[in-house]
Amino acid sequence: MLLIPCPWCGPREEHEFRYGGEAVPAPAADNDDRELARRLFVRSAPAGPMRERWYHVHGCRRWFPLVRDTTTHELTAPPEARP
Amino acid sequence: MSRVEHAWANPEHLWRNPEPKSSYDVVVVGGGLHGLATAFYLARNHGLTNIAVVERGWLGNGNAVRNTTVVRSNYLRDESMALYEHALRLWPGLSAELDHEVLFDPRGVLNLAHGRHDALTLKRQLAANQAAGIDAEWLEPADLASFCPILNLSPEIRYPVVGAALQRRGGIARHDAVVFAFARAADRLGVDLLQGCEVTGFDIVDNRVRGVVTTRGRIGAGRVGLVGAGRSKLLAAMAGFDLPIQPSPLQALVSEVLDQVLDTVVMSGAVHVYISQAHKGELVMGAGRDPYTSYAQRGSFHILEWQLQAVLELFPILSRAHLLRTWGGIVDVAPDASPIIGATPIGDLFVNCGWGTGGFKATPGSGWVFADTLATGAPHPLVVPFSLDRFETGALIDEHGSAAVAH
Repeated sequence: MLLIPCPWCGPREEHEFRYGGEAVPAPAADNDDRELARRLFVRSAPAGPMRERWYHVHGCRRWFPLVRDTTTHELTAPPEARP
Repeated sequence: MSRVEHAWANPEHLWRNPEPKSSYDVVVVGGGLHGLATAFYLARNHGLTNIAVVERGWLGNGNAVRNTTVVRSNYLRDESMALYEHALRLWPGLSAELDHEVLFDPRGVLNLAHGRHDALTLKRQLAANQAAGIDAEWLEPADLASFCPILNLSPEIRYPVVGAALQRRGGIARHDAVVFAFARAADRLGVDLLQGCEVTGFDIVDNRVRGVVTTRGRIGAGRVGLVGAGRSKLLAAMAGFDLPIQPSPLQALVSEVLDQVLDTVVMSGAVHVYISQAHKGELVMGAGRDPYTSYAQRGSFHILEWQLQAVLELFPILSRAHLLRTWGGIVDVAPDASPIIGATPIGDLFVNCGWGTGGFKATPGSGWVFADTLATGAPHPLVVPFSLDRFETGALIDEHGSAAVAH
């Protein structure tokens, strides 16, 4: 169980949240097939710190960014996540 | 003795531990089940014996021995049914073929329906299976009472069981024996199994791969096959291309050794259970996938808790069983829950990944078709639809509904 630092509610248990994954540019009308495939299906998934979004669905219902290390699950809140 | 030899000293005599040669006709990256099967069929079906399997850890590590050993072929799409059925047909003859017992046991795989919509979905899949010549039957609750007596068929439970699809030819096998069998058979045919040999880079000239850089030196290669499972994305990034793969933890758990109480495999997509009993007596259960990207080979505790809640409602007889172990592996799930097999943007570099939560069942078939792809340089007919470019053409093979694990 991850203890997730919600910037508005403080640390709460993981099952109060929904995972949003990495934020990528939205598909655009003038994207060719390759670019469209990249935006729809490809995420970076680095082995190490990764910037991702979480949604506090059973709390304040707000989205916020987190940096999580994908090899240790260590969480750090980026400065812009603070209210 | 090296660290690797110490780590798995018992079956060391099953294969040589050779020093890497300077080059091979084919280098298979990844010594898991699919990598070992690929090497075996390269030698057995194509007469290629100048082959190496490079493995960063040791044989019998990673997902090869972290899966829940379920074998079946009852998928929904024509392309998937062809691929998984080809694999299923190889299982009954595998022990004889490899001269090593793998304990394949076609004890049937049940998929439970917990309501009208669940039943309609499973019956649609069942009809697709029957139309493709894959065995599938529908069991009503009365049939289930005799087929799986310990299953709770009470209408009073939160999600009552209203029926089930059964594939009798499905079942289980002993996964570590499958590792040993393929490794030993490949070794006997001259394949070099190089353990403790991690790929750290690729030698690519004019957009063609010419070798792999490893912790045991550079190894030249005519062709390279990436069979990296949960680490496929990292390997691809090293070679300079992207894979639409999401690596995340999937957990499994076993009970203490119990008397035999369950002689089939029971799966339920709706309440998320899959459970079977090993020949030795442990109950083997699979939990859900953790949602987040990870390489940490462990997941969150509440995922196990949810799994056990569902298990106990369906099998109240197990309420006093003790858990012995839980663990996590990293699964490589593609956006359509189907594998990615075939060419990459780099010449002579091929990929076989994306088996996600259900690769064990496909082991012999995956090795067979990928060996053919590597030997000929062109995709085996069964894997043509599973090419990487399907994400650009839009010809996805959506199997989220047939995967046992909710994605």
